[in-house]
Amino acid sequence: MSTAALERLAGLLPPERLLRRPVELAAYESDGLTAFRTRPLAVALPETEDEVVTLVRHCLEWKMPFVARGSGTSLSGGSLPIAGGVVIALNRLNRILKLDPRQRIAVVQPGVVNTQVTQAARPFGLHYAPDPSSQSICTIGGNVAFNSGGAHCLKYGMTSNHVLGIKAVLATGEVVSWGGQSRESTGPDWCGLFTGNEGLFGIALEITLQLLPLAECFHTVLAGYRTLEEAGDAVSAVIASGLLPGAIEIMDALALAAAQAAVHADYPEGCEAVLIVELEGPREVVAFERGKLDAILEASHPIEMRPARDAEERLAIWKGRKSAFSAVGRLSPDFIVQDGVVPRRRLGEALRRIAEMSRETGIRVANVFHAGDGNLHPLILFDGRESGALHRAEELAGRILKMCVAMGGSITGEHGIGVEKREFLGEMFTSDEIDCMQRLRSAHDPFGIANPGKMFPGKEAPALSHVGLHPLEKAGLISRE
Amino acid sequence: MMTPATLSELREAVLSAPRVLAVGAETKPRLSAVVGAEKICTRHLRGILEYEAAEFTFTALAGTPLSEVVSTLAEHGQYLPFDPMLVDAGSTLGGMVASGLSGPGRFRFGGVRDFILGVRFVDGRGRLMRLGGKVVKNAAGFDVPKFLVGSLGRFGAIGEVTFKVFPAPESQLTLKIPATEDTIATVGNSRWAPDAVDVLPGGEWLLVRLAGPGSALEGLAEEILNQFPGEIIGNTIWEDLREFRWATGSGLLVKTAITPDRVLEFPAAHVSCGGNVAYSPALPLTGLTLRGDTPLWIGGRNRFALEAAVKHALDPEGRFPTLDD
Repeated sequence: MSTAALERLAGLLPPERLLRRPVELAAYESDGLTAFRTRPLAVALPETEDEVVTLVRHCLEWKMPFVARGSGTSLSGGSLPIAGGVVIALNRLNRILKLDPRQRIAVVQPGVVNTQVTQAARPFGLHYAPDPSSQSICTIGGNVAFNSGGAHCLKYGMTSNHVLGIKAVLATGEVVSWGGQSRESTGPDWCGLFTGNEGLFGIALEITLQLLPLAECFHTVLAGYRTLEEAGDAVSAVIASGLLPGAIEIMDALALAAAQAAVHADYPEGCEAVLIVELEGPREVVAFERGKLDAILEASHPIEMRPARDAEERLAIWKGRKSAFSAVGRLSPDFIVQDGVVPRRRLGEALRRIAEMSRETGIRVANVFHAGDGNLHPLILFDGRESGALHRAEELAGRILKMCVAMGGSITGEHGIGVEKREFLGEMFTSDEIDCMQRLRSAHDPFGIANPGKMFPGKEAPALSHVGLHPLEKAGLISRE
Repeated sequence: MMTPATLSELREAVLSAPRVLAVGAETKPRLSAVVGAEKICTRHLRGILEYEAAEFTFTALAGTPLSEVVSTLAEHGQYLPFDPMLVDAGSTLGGMVASGLSGPGRFRFGGVRDFILGVRFVDGRGRLMRLGGKVVKNAAGFDVPKFLVGSLGRFGAIGEVTFKVFPAPESQLTLKIPATEDTIATVGNSRWAPDAVDVLPGGEWLLVRLAGPGSALEGLAEEILNQFPGEIIGNTIWEDLREFRWATGSGLLVKTAITPDRVLEFPAAHVSCGGNVAYSPALPLTGLTLRGDTPLWIGGRNRFALEAAVKHALDPEGRFPTLDD
């Protein structure tokens, strides 16, 4: 990158909003995928949409790679900087521009934090449904770029299902506006195509989100089982009953031990798996469905069933679940989170095979997963100080991903491909299909300046230099989905 | 008209003429009224290929009639929650995706775009590709299946689709109350969690559909009727709305995406999805013509340079018509 490009960049923002000193850049070298680390040339801190557009157009003019970044919680390395490129950190574009409770929409800037939307909507009896585990810190811009999920996807879908409109600057410098405040639209679904682009198309400047009425009533049950298989059978029975729970989650013994150590979560004695099922809706509906659910769970031979008796107990159940990932950091100095999906009916088989692979390789694997979606989150534990340990862990992770594809599933349910899984894109898609996606990418970004080296296989690999918890994770500020 | 019966025949059909357009049953005829394009009819590209009720997913060929999909799902106590339209009229699954037409149930859980999971389609260079996935959750690659919803067959010929489905509610109950902008907002944002909130053509009456366990619905209905004057009516009215049976006059039918504060501007229309879409039998200021001789895009449409670039990426030789043809 020419010095001239950097000097010109320096002319676009006040000096305190263009970080260039190594000590300032250090915090941006990595994201939630801590195994990778790259130092960018500079970090720009725009405060307005116009500044973002100017920065992107500057990058276009000088063919300078850029990576948009929110809070840096990507678990697939999506916001990993590019050496010789600029990071555009969007945290200062953090305003909720509009909240219309009658139309049930919020228009937000990309740096708004996920939970802030729900906090702003709550006084009107509304909420923003997608709830990734990092929701207290991850930004809507990042959620849109990666089509983030959460614990309630079975019933409410992912981020994309809640995005009604997007104003974005593309890597071509064009500013586009799609959709709007209506839940309906005519013509191709441009918002749908943009959501989940992993930063390869451009940067969202304003996002219109649909808000949903808060459910009046919840019924959240935690059930402990002697084996993972019994918990899995209980999931099948719930699904077969015709109920549509808001969430169905499972944690295995190792994940339970971690949550117990980290947030003193309390689980039934002697259980190898815990199932969490949540119903929600008007109180009359929940009262009826609750009887049905409790009967199904009682018949599934749990060691113990613990329905949440009040809002506090419900929050405690979710706290244990959502802290499980970072809690695993207490069991092992390092770990890799996987995000494969299998058809729900093959969950039991998938878990058995993961356990076999774990025994075979001597690598511990904890499992926390969205059972209702078939979305696994194996946490592969290792010690990065041991020679070759990371490599062995990555090999195991790769075997698990290939198994998911062979079972008819996906290599990622909600974390995205990023830098982490790009070598596996070809497991799911043919060369024609990858070529088609590359052509779509080029339509948005002809020069490959927006987040290059992500999603697609075969580009230069960034150096592996560090493993371990994200500094924010260590501070207890973020957790992993 | 070409009538491929397999996906490789669909591929051949796309390559067989300089300009082609795939159609289903042409129940929204204006969308495919293009001069100079050979039509590829999907009626023999028919059948549900995979259906695992326990997975909440099915995969079917594009020409499969919606009636077949709806009845197969119903046998297993499941449904597409957005109420596919023009089912009795013969609409196909592929036509539903290409037109992006959802029904009243879109209000509660989302529309066609929210339930599509994967697609196999033929691009302008004759490449048969599968994008998206077959499981209920998938974030791998760009979301081309969503992009094709509402794309009017102008970017590719859809051959096969995978959808997510839901367990059907035990029962439904329909209320008819006076329609005002206030009522729409109050009912739509209430604790009652209605699954459809529609204004009948004429603009006087609001239909509210509750869905769930029968015992719970009666109490909810009573509470609503205590707050608004009205009555419980039969559920068959939704079938009439679904088939546009009310729109018999001019032959014109235009879809306009709106917001609830504009409901009063569309007195003659069926306003669906809680005031978010109007189906008009008279010429509105903006909209997409489904039936009739008016321009495809009434009042113009959103334009940007990216559209031509994406068109070029998927169809470099212009084998499919453009959105303006």
